[in-house]
Amino acid sequence: MTKRSTWSIPYLVFMIIFVVLPLVLIVLYAFQDGNGHFTFSNVTRFFTDSDSLSTFALSLEVAIENTLICILLGYPAAWILANRKFNRSAVTVTLFIMPMWINALMRTLATAELFNMLGFTLGKGTLLFGMVYDYIPFMIYPIYNILMKMDNSYMEAAEDLGATPWKVFWKVTVPLSMPGVMSGVLMVFMPTVSTFAISEFLTNNKIKLFGTIIQENINSSMWNYGAALAFIMLIIIGVSSLFGGERESSAEGGLI
Amino acid sequence: MKKVFAQAYLYLLLAMLYAPLVFIAVFSFTESRVLGNWTGFSPKLYVNLFTGGMNGGSSLLAAVENTLLIALVSAAFATLLGTIAAIGIHNLKGRKRAGMQFLNNIPMINPDIITGVSLFLLFVFLHITQGYLTVILAHITFCTPYVVLSVLPKLSQMNPNIYEAALDLGARPSQALRKVLLPELRPGMVSGFLLAFTMSLDDFAVTFFTRGTIGLDTLSTYIYTDARKGGLTPELRPLMTIIFLIVLVLLVVFNLRQNRAAKSKAN
Amino acid sequence: MAGDYIIDIQHLSKSFGGVKVLDDINFYVRRGEFITLLGPSGCGKTTLLRQIAGFINPDEGRILLEGKDISSIPPYERPLNTVFQRYALFPHLDVFDNIAFGLKLQKLPAKEIEVRVKKMLKMVSMTDYEDRSVDSLSGGQQQRVAIARALVNYPKVLLLDEPLAALDLKMRKDMQLELKEIHRKMGITFIYVTHDQEEALTLSDTIVVMNEGKIQQIGSPIDIYNEPVNCFVADFIGESNILKGRMLRDRRVAFIKHEFDCVDEGFGEDVPVDVVVRPEDIYFTTDPAKCQFKAKVNSCIFKGVHYEMWVDTDTGYELMIQDYDPYAVGTEVMLYIDPDDIQVMHKERTRNVLDAEVVDGNHVRILGAEWECEVPADASAGDILKAEIPFDKIELLDHQEDGKLAGEVHFLLYMGNHYHLTILTDDGDHLWVDTNDIWDKGDLVGIDIAPGGIKLRKADD
Repeated sequence: MTKRSTWSIPYLVFMIIFVVLPLVLIVLYAFQDGNGHFTFSNVTRFFTDSDSLSTFALSLEVAIENTLICILLGYPAAWILANRKFNRSAVTVTLFIMPMWINALMRTLATAELFNMLGFTLGKGTLLFGMVYDYIPFMIYPIYNILMKMDNSYMEAAEDLGATPWKVFWKVTVPLSMPGVMSGVLMVFMPTVSTFAISEFLTNNKIKLFGTIIQENINSSMWNYGAALAFIMLIIIGVSSLFGGERESSAEGGLI
Repeated sequence: MKKVFAQAYLYLLLAMLYAPLVFIAVFSFTESRVLGNWTGFSPKLYVNLFTGGMNGGSSLLAAVENTLLIALVSAAFATLLGTIAAIGIHNLKGRKRAGMQFLNNIPMINPDIITGVSLFLLFVFLHITQGYLTVILAHITFCTPYVVLSVLPKLSQMNPNIYEAALDLGARPSQALRKVLLPELRPGMVSGFLLAFTMSLDDFAVTFFTRGTIGLDTLSTYIYTDARKGGLTPELRPLMTIIFLIVLVLLVVFNLRQNRAAKSKAN
Repeated sequence: MAGDYIIDIQHLSKSFGGVKVLDDINFYVRRGEFITLLGPSGCGKTTLLRQIAGFINPDEGRILLEGKDISSIPPYERPLNTVFQRYALFPHLDVFDNIAFGLKLQKLPAKEIEVRVKKMLKMVSMTDYEDRSVDSLSGGQQQRVAIARALVNYPKVLLLDEPLAALDLKMRKDMQLELKEIHRKMGITFIYVTHDQEEALTLSDTIVVMNEGKIQQIGSPIDIYNEPVNCFVADFIGESNILKGRMLRDRRVAFIKHEFDCVDEGFGEDVPVDVVVRPEDIYFTTDPAKCQFKAKVNSCIFKGVHYEMWVDTDTGYELMIQDYDPYAVGTEVMLYIDPDDIQVMHKERTRNVLDAEVVDGNHVRILGAEWECEVPADASAGDILKAEIPFDKIELLDHQEDGKLAGEVHFLLYMGNHYHLTILTDDGDHLWVDTNDIWDKGDLVGIDIAPGGIKLRKADD
């Protein structure tokens, strides 16, 4: 029986080659110059270049704003969807989840085209709107999931102890659903901070986000600087996943 | 009253989510090359899409083919690798198990661009020419964790005595695996495969960085290049409409079936 | 001789992660016997069964099947079959294919398989169910299929791991009778694991009582009920009054501060013992000549067939009595016990005996903590002595951090006027404590020793 544990070895080898080694390479390239010598210059270049820094700041700003708007709009939606008083239809839930299954570029392109036709100027406003449009299903789904799984007796106990519906919501429902919100944040914040195609579409390439400058550097063979930028993003991911804690069960085959 | 407000809110959000898709769908039934310009009903774009009679020849159809082929191959390999890995991880204990699960989480937490850039650097570092092979390897990398996560719960929900019961009744370990374990894991493997398949279909960034310069296009990279050239190939409109409908029908059918199964089990 | 024993277990031991789960287990099973391994959860009974089935290899010792050592044979080559606790039916196969699983692996002709499966379905009263999916069956039906699936292979021994634990009470009683009937019809040896003493008493020819990886007693249900060898068995099987006593001489024992005639001999004179009296063996009388002691009823509860009463004796002990007639609370009653019904047991221990390392003139180290006590003048630092600590000199505290040691209440016995507790310290050592305070099993406690509670003596005494 215990011999079966060796079955994890092929995957371990695979992950070392295709997950660990590539990440090590990012770090390696980030601290090398074009001739393969060790250097800090790639990293210092980022911190001394005001363009890179402002792009970086803008990316963070857009990601945070997008995440907040997704929570503000998505939480009530998830709550209504999970509440049997308001919604009993599985199809409505499916409709909210469905956009997750359609290619994001396709949806973004459709949005950008719609903005174009309506005569909106493509810029930060349309960027934010389009991002919310793209990512809100990823916020609604994990929150909905955790609200559905929540044991109703917690709420009943709170009511029984004299809490008004409003208090029950703030003191019981919201704290207990925080893991769902956290995994929603991870599913929204990370991709927004790193996106490149989506921002290019939505602003007609007028606003550059961090992802775009990584892409531009890699594509124009500035691998070392590109790797340094990717390294900085890796650090942001590390930090935010520490805050997010364990990724909740949202990804565990629950989508299908 | 509350109920009206609540439902109004849901429908408002849905309208926002679906407006662009409906917009594209509506304008897929007209010939105009400029989006938003209605020149009367015509199925010409659909005809063009399937006969390849569009500007730029049949490259859009080729991109669709590539997308499906890559998704199919990657999902199949990911399912094989992920199932074997899940069985292995399930039998690990303590720190080794936690370590494997941590590694398994990395590709899921990593944004696409990091996965893409890091694999690009790997292939450059190993002097592997980029093309179909590298794209498929990259897709297997980010798809397998989802298979592992789909199969692992099936293993832990499984009555551990079932495998022992097979041995007890005279099955050798290989027979017990084939006759008892695999049938038990099949639902997890199927949903893992489907997840992997859709992840692969959806991917843009990883493909973008690992496809090399041989002109390999998937639907995503086709759209990206197309959009950067400034124009949207009109035939994308019917294609998007079709994909949109397929996904919608599949999800609704799947959900209804799942609900029915849940209900019949509850009875 | 050996021909009589179908299974012979010799010196079997097993540890998991340094914890001894089975400790030198020895017993044999006669051909055709219904033998039950009985004990609380965690006593090692399931581990023992799984070793016989072949899912776990023993660290030490041997398992003989008809005189042949099978210890290192894999489960799929052992002619034994198991009925698992949660049935473990294959969910993707229907009833017929579940039962036929073993026969198909043996590559028997389809005809024969069908005949044998049908015969077995009839045996467990499940005819006509062969096409049903196992998910659609009730717990009781699944259990029948599980039994049929194992028996269809005609195993030399059938192993049953708490097969009825998941069923409700009524169904359990019915299935017990059916199991007994199947055992009689098939003539196959059954080894049955349960924690339910009533089930064990009902079903078994022989019961093996286990606790903490050791066999406590082997015997027929009647022997085990009437003549438990220690407090654990007496407490685990049936209801009992367990009391501290003193064997005065042969056939004369003192407990609850009264003297009684009994039938036990050979304990010696004036020896501390434990005494067990079953609650149904204490009789009420109105005849002052028969009365051995007086008591006052303090509670009376109707239990269906009988009444359960607690009485306070005139000497300050509390006893449980079962009788068909109730006595009102507050009634003064006269009681007597037949000499036959008094079971006298050797005391396993009369105090805690632990290693003590001398630290200095008035400190020793016991169980890793330092304690103040009188150290003999001729002992020097580093010497290892024996410390004796009476049960009532150990104090238990509500909070683990308040004591020098921390532990958990592992086992408790009510002894009529106080509790006798077994404490498992965090380091895995046992301490025995007498207390008047009420604790529950699993309570976390701090441990201290009362001043003057430690007596030291030479290790080799």
